[in-house]
Amino acid sequence: MAAPRAFVWTRRVVLTALTAFALVPVYVMLSSSLKSLGEVQGRFDWIPHALTLRPYVDIWHTVPLARYFVNSLLVSGSSMLCSVAVAIFAAYAVSRYRFRGRRLFTITVLSTQMFPGILFLLPLFLLYVNIGNATGIALYGSRGGLILTYLTFSLPFSIWMLAGYFDSIPRDLDEAALTDGCGPLGALFRVVIPAAVPGIVAVGVYAFMTAWGEVLFASVMTNDTTRTLAVGLEGYATQNDVYWNQVMAASLVVSVPVVAGFLLLQRYLVAGLTAGAVK
Amino acid sequence: MTAILERRPPGGTADRPPRGTLRSRLRPRRGALPYLLLVPALVLELLVHLIPMVVGVVMSFKQLTQFFIRDWGSAPWTGLGNYRVAVDFHAAIGSALLHSFWVTCAFTVLSVGLSWLLGTAAAVLTQDPFRGRGLLRGVFLVPYALPVYAAVITWAFMFQQDNGLVNHVLHDQLHLTSGRPFWLIGPHSFVALLTVSVWRNWPFAFLCLTAGLQNIPRELYEAAAMDGAGIWQRVRRITLPSLRPVNQVLVLVLFLWTFNDFNTPYVLFGGSAPPAADLVSIHIYQSSFVNWNFGSGSAMSVLLLLFLLLVTAGYLVATRGRDTDG
Repeated sequence: MAAPRAFVWTRRVVLTALTAFALVPVYVMLSSSLKSLGEVQGRFDWIPHALTLRPYVDIWHTVPLARYFVNSLLVSGSSMLCSVAVAIFAAYAVSRYRFRGRRLFTITVLSTQMFPGILFLLPLFLLYVNIGNATGIALYGSRGGLILTYLTFSLPFSIWMLAGYFDSIPRDLDEAALTDGCGPLGALFRVVIPAAVPGIVAVGVYAFMTAWGEVLFASVMTNDTTRTLAVGLEGYATQNDVYWNQVMAASLVVSVPVVAGFLLLQRYLVAGLTAGAVK
Repeated sequence: MTAILERRPPGGTADRPPRGTLRSRLRPRRGALPYLLLVPALVLELLVHLIPMVVGVVMSFKQLTQFFIRDWGSAPWTGLGNYRVAVDFHAAIGSALLHSFWVTCAFTVLSVGLSWLLGTAAAVLTQDPFRGRGLLRGVFLVPYALPVYAAVITWAFMFQQDNGLVNHVLHDQLHLTSGRPFWLIGPHSFVALLTVSVWRNWPFAFLCLTAGLQNIPRELYEAAAMDGAGIWQRVRRITLPSLRPVNQVLVLVLFLWTFNDFNTPYVLFGGSAPPAADLVSIHIYQSSFVNWNFGSGSAMSVLLLLFLLLVTAGYLVATRGRDTDG
């Protein structure tokens, strides 16, 4: 099927424009991170006059970036693992069983997506403080509290997408496992999960990105030692100066792990969405 | 994948018999199992979302100022007082909220519309294979993959009045503007916020629609081509109608995310948004944490939630009705 010329040209023009739109900020990030402070404070220029790697050295001293980085990794990694595990069990129940309250559960969980974060930010903060006072489990200001919070952010969408993905796995497969003597959980672990790897990876990527990028709760729920990158990057703006070259260098450094992971795993994400959510 | 499936069950049965009998005794009744599987998810949702939300609703009926923050239970009840203040559009607080609401509505409609348009265009134009398509798909997803604060802070740099890229291009290179406008304060801030929001959201639309396109059977296109339909006709007659179920969910999700968006304005404007770009979520954040009036902030959040529930319900009813007609 040869496409007509008009279509090919439309495609070229539109896709080029979209590429430019998508990548200009990335270019600005990269080029400005290689400029000196004097140069980023003057008129913007597309091409750096003198390349320097100083910003990449300085970013680690201006703010304790390494600590923020480790915090973000711990928080995002843990909440991703927990979120995926919890979502697998819930999605398995929703996909394979017809039980009373199934619809209510799906609707309730999905509707939490529309809650304005601001509505439960303060109550959650008070709840964490009270739990801490009553039981000694420090949730406020700790990484644990943040992990707990973030994992519920990605949970609704994860359950929904995984349930869709599980639905696309033929039921005969786990029926066969059940008659082989596996329990329902055996069928889940031996049959359904291996067959749903793309969907599970997609959900994991989503959960990690959700946690890595969240700002509002990170700014209220963390203290100096548990601060994550989302809040930490504000440290490059002092009262008098914004170290724009360092801001750009730090932004690039914190983006690389998620963007690389995302691009490596994006075909899983598309496959997961195709089979799961989009139906 | 099938190799794994065929390999696993026999390997599992080898060590099965002794454990299998034990498990069948301990295994909960079929009726209880789905509930047990849901317990972790339910407990977490209750703890982090539902209970705090109920507390939030209770707080909206209290006069919760900074004097009571240590022991919020002792704050006096005000009944509907906070709500009355929030919807008194002649007074300062109410009229500011109403203004913020309209700004958010305009912002959301434009942002969702444009994001959807760009996402659809990109998805439809990359449907047929061509050289470099895989790379292009990766590139398009970059804005979505970047952490929001890193991306938005870059935009904030680009929108700087004296040393930003936007004024350099518009003023120095294209000579479109007479002066160097401010983008992050004043009336232009709406455009700045909209640009960043569309930039962040269209890749998500693209991703969902690309996935949706893969579910359209190829035979449909082949049959249409056989009938002599041109490429534009195929897009209009097959592609777009087939995407309707995807669009139904996609537009709703984009709407809710955009309407509730806090991160983008918070990072772009550094905490307090200028009036022209004063989105509701940041407006409520301001009136809660800056003015230290959490009762009033909660009342505004509840109103926001009610509005979103209403729109969502209306949207679902409207789109469902159309589905059965078509």
